[in-house]
Order: sequence, then structure tokens, then C-alpha cells
Amino acid sequence: MKCRIRGRVWKFGDDIDTDVIIPYKYKARTLDPKELAQHVMEGIDPDFSKKVKPGDVIVAGKNFGCGSSREQAPIAIKAAGISAVIAESFARIFFRNSINIGLPVLEVKGVSKLVDEGDEVEIDLAEGVIVDLTKGLTLKATPLPPKIREILEVGGLVNYLKKVRASHRS
Amino acid sequence: MGVKDIVEDEELTFAEKMLSIKQVEGGGAKRAGEIVVVSVDLAAGQDGTSPLAIKVFREMGGDKVWDPSKVLLVIDHTYPSSSPQISNLHSLMRGFCREQGVRLVEGSIIHQVILEDYASPGMLIVGADSHTTTHGAVGAFATGIGSTELAAVWLEGNIWLKVPSTIRVNLSGNLPKGVYAKDIALYFVGHVGADGANYMSVEWRGETIKELSIASRATLCNMSMEAGAKNAVVEYDQVTEEYLRSVGRGPLMIVRSGFKASVEREIEVDCSKLEPMVAAPSRVDNVKPVTELEGTPIDQAFIGSCTNGRLEDLEVAAKILRGRKVKEGVRLIVTPASRRVYLEALRSGILETLIEAGATVTNPTCGACVGTHLGILGEGEVAISSSNRNFVGRMGHPSSKVYLASPATVAASAIKGVISDPRCFL
Repeated sequence: MKCRIRGRVWKFGDDIDTDVIIPYKYKARTLDPKELAQHVMEGIDPDFSKKVKPGDVIVAGKNFGCGSSREQAPIAIKAAGISAVIAESFARIFFRNSINIGLPVLEVKGVSKLVDEGDEVEIDLAEGVIVDLTKGLTLKATPLPPKIREILEVGGLVNYLKKVRASHRS
Repeated sequence: MGVKDIVEDEELTFAEKMLSIKQVEGGGAKRAGEIVVVSVDLAAGQDGTSPLAIKVFREMGGDKVWDPSKVLLVIDHTYPSSSPQISNLHSLMRGFCREQGVRLVEGSIIHQVILEDYASPGMLIVGADSHTTTHGAVGAFATGIGSTELAAVWLEGNIWLKVPSTIRVNLSGNLPKGVYAKDIALYFVGHVGADGANYMSVEWRGETIKELSIASRATLCNMSMEAGAKNAVVEYDQVTEEYLRSVGRGPLMIVRSGFKASVEREIEVDCSKLEPMVAAPSRVDNVKPVTELEGTPIDQAFIGSCTNGRLEDLEVAAKILRGRKVKEGVRLIVTPASRRVYLEALRSGILETLIEAGATVTNPTCGACVGTHLGILGEGEVAISSSNRNFVGRMGHPSSKVYLASPATVAASAIKGVISDPRCFL
């Protein structure tokens, strides 16, 4: 996983639920991340997937990803090219799912008021530091527990378990 | 510190006790905020989450699940399949269950299957479905996870969890006529907000709880998720004991929250003052008394889901609809939560009453609630539903609107064709 991320900000509000991120009707029929990505955030902005450029970042309010346990929500976001989600807070299953599939999620208090749509941000994942290059602002994310950081650093739970199981065998 | 000491420790909450007891490597009492690795008694998944879990299980190098008797797969979200693509994913699940010797249930809602056949006090249940919190109704610690996490549990039989802090809800007073567990749950979600219990354990307590059936308790624990809860629980009592006897199971272990335990928040609800409640579009916490929304025209009324598709829910709907008719131009869709509920409702004449009133009864499925089939809303259409979510596009077109209410309020609204107070019919 890349330790440094640089991208343009897309803003969303509070309580963005997983039905809006990816409606059930799409995720029911496919496991293909690319197909899911075409419909990401469709409930709020039908053209969102066409506008996103690889590396872009989502900035949102509180309780991002609430609702259903569908892992297809962070998968669709990641496959659309979004490199990280920064929010005031996350719903718990979405947060775990994102870590498990290797989508960086950063909890930053105040971010939804300080950062605007279109701002250019740079994120240092190892340090948990976000710099808004447009505004010259530096923000700090809530630190992740070491075990969770380890999972994220190897790109998700699949790689993490492979690594753990390999070390048990050797 | 042994298991017995932890169970008897009056300074620990239910969640602290359960997650301390279930630790893979022992380690004594753990408090809120600590991370533990716990063993799993049941790992369940449905057709919206299991196909991805199967794919990831293979990617992890998975060969055999750790214990086939502790794994359950259910096809419920789109049952029977509504498209060739979905059929292919169902086939993937069938093949996996055959290969692994794992039980597969088709055509009953996952949480009703778990309540009927598995959930016991003292069990640790994880499910790749957010409403897994339901099973606290019988005193289990039950929480929702994602697909990759489910695959990891299949592989290892354990999971890391942060011990949640606790929010206690003390219910007092008798429920007035026309007010049910769903109204308490909606009031709670409206009161604390959609993230008011995020990452937390919700303990439902108080005098009123003793009067509530397991089905009603399941509604409370199920809807706790809509405030973000990690788990929810109702303490083991005589009602639990009788329920377990009726389904032929005993408790694994009776775990009660300690009376000296420190909790993050305590909420008092005087149920005698509650009215029938409705969550207006498109937020689960946009909750108002039905009297404020009376007269809102509807196109569809839905009674079903893991929240309110049980026998007592269909029974109250039948009571209201007996000898009456669904308003012309309105669709009333009734979906029993499981084959068992379906059969009991059939044998007791409940379904006959509902059909005579003009309802369309479907097979057990999550269909309408999750917007996959059997009741999808069109452009600009409005529904009142006994399910759990009213998010944008949840039950169909992004411009459709969903109001959440109790089965009684849904039935009353179906008769009048507008949102209506069930108390007028009782």
C-alpha cells in the first residue's frame, strides 16, 4: 500500500449510508468491483463515478457508511479510484470492512468544516497527517491501534492472514 | 480469574463479561476499549454477503472451514432468485455448502432462522449482516461483520473485537393500546440519533421488558443497529426460559450485566407516554408521532423483514384488517420472516384474513425491504413499511420515499390509503 496519497476532494454530508454508496440491486448480482464502481454514490450524484479521477479523496461528516454490512460499499469506492475516505466519524462495520479490503479510512475531527470540495490534499498514512495543499492546513487523524495498522499496511485482511499463517508454518 | 468469577463480577457489563469469557487465550476480565480475540459459536452469512466471503476464503488459501457445525449460510435476500446473475451466486453458495458440509437454508430470513434454530444465552454470534444484533433478544452476544471478516472467521474460528462501552435503556410503564416494541425502538433511534449508539452495546432493561415476548425483544435488538450498535441485549428471564423450552434448547451460559458496572449513558423511557411512532424519509432517526404524519398518501404498505415479520406482527395486522379492505389503489405486501412463521400464520387463519382484506402474501424473503424484488417502489412512490431502513432508494427508485412504522400502523394505513393511527382500529 502507498504510504502517501495525493488527490482532489469530493465532499459528502453526515450519515452517508451504504444503500446510497451502492444500492442492493447492483451488489446482489455481481462480485466485480469495476461493475460496482459504475454505480457508486448514485443515489446522491448519478455521475459521480464518471467524475472521479484515480487518487481522489472523499471527505465526509459523521457516521459515514452507516446501515448495511455490505462490504461492496468500500469495494465500490475503492474500485472507482478513491484512494482514501476522511470523515468526522465512521459507522463500525464500514470502518472494519474498509480496513479489511485495504481502503484507508481516517477519522479527523473538524475535517468536514475545514476542507472544501476540490481542495488538493496530501495524506501521510504512516503518520496519520493530512495536509490541505489548497488552504495550507495540516490536520491530524485519530491514531489506529497497532493491529489495525498492520492489517492496513499489508493491504487488507487477506494478505494479513496469509502472512500470519505463513509465519505459523515456518 | 476463571469464567465463574467473570460471570459473577458485578462491576462488568454484559459485553465486558461475554467478550472476556470468549477470549481465545484466556486473559481475565477485559474492560470497554480493550481489544480481544474471541472464539465464535456461530458464523452466519446470507446471499448478499456470502458469495464474496467464499471468493475471499479461497484467496486466503482457505480449504476447510474451521468447524462446519458452527457455520450457517442462508439464501434470503433475493429468494427465489430474480435474475440469472443472482442464480449463479446462489449456485456458488450451494456448491460451497455441499463441499464444506455446512448447513444451507433457503427461503427463510437469516435472523429468524438463527432465532428459531440457534441463538442461546451465552453464545457469541457473528453474521455478515448488520442486523445480527437481533440475537441479543435471547441473551447472545451477536454482532454484524463484513464478507472478508466472515471468510477470516471461517478460516480461524475467531475474530478480534474491541470491547464496546454500554448504553442502558430502562423501560418503565405499560405499553398503551396501539404501541409496540417497534414504537419503542423508533423512539430510541430518534432520541439518540443514527449514530447515538455507534460502536456501543445496548442493554434493554426495566419492568416493561418483562412483558415483551422474544419476538418483540428481537425487534428492539434488531433496530438498535439503526443507532449504530455493535450488539444489543435483553437479560435472560422467564420469557427467555420459556422460549428456549418451546424451541427445545437450553442456555450455554447465563450472563447478566453487573449492577455496579460503569456504563457510558443511561436513558429512561416511560413507555406509558409513548404514541405510535413513524420514521419519516429518509433518515431512520427522523422520528415523529404518527399523529404528525396522519393523512400522508401511500402507494404501498409492507409488513415483513427481520424487524417485524414474525407471527405476532402478522397477527396484529390481521386483527386490524379483519372484515376490512385495503384501500383501492394501494398495495399491501405481507412477507412472513420464515417458513415456520409462514406455516403458523397459514394454519391459524391469519393469512386467510390478510388475503381476504386484499393483501398480497409472498414467500419469506428480504425482497421488498432491501429493494431487490417482490415490492419495488417506482419513481416518486411512497411506502409505509414495518422494516428497518428508509434510506434514499432503499426500497426502489431513488425518488421513492419510505416511512417506517409498526405492523399495526402499516395495516391501519393500508386500510385508509394514507398514514393512519392504528389506535382508531383497536
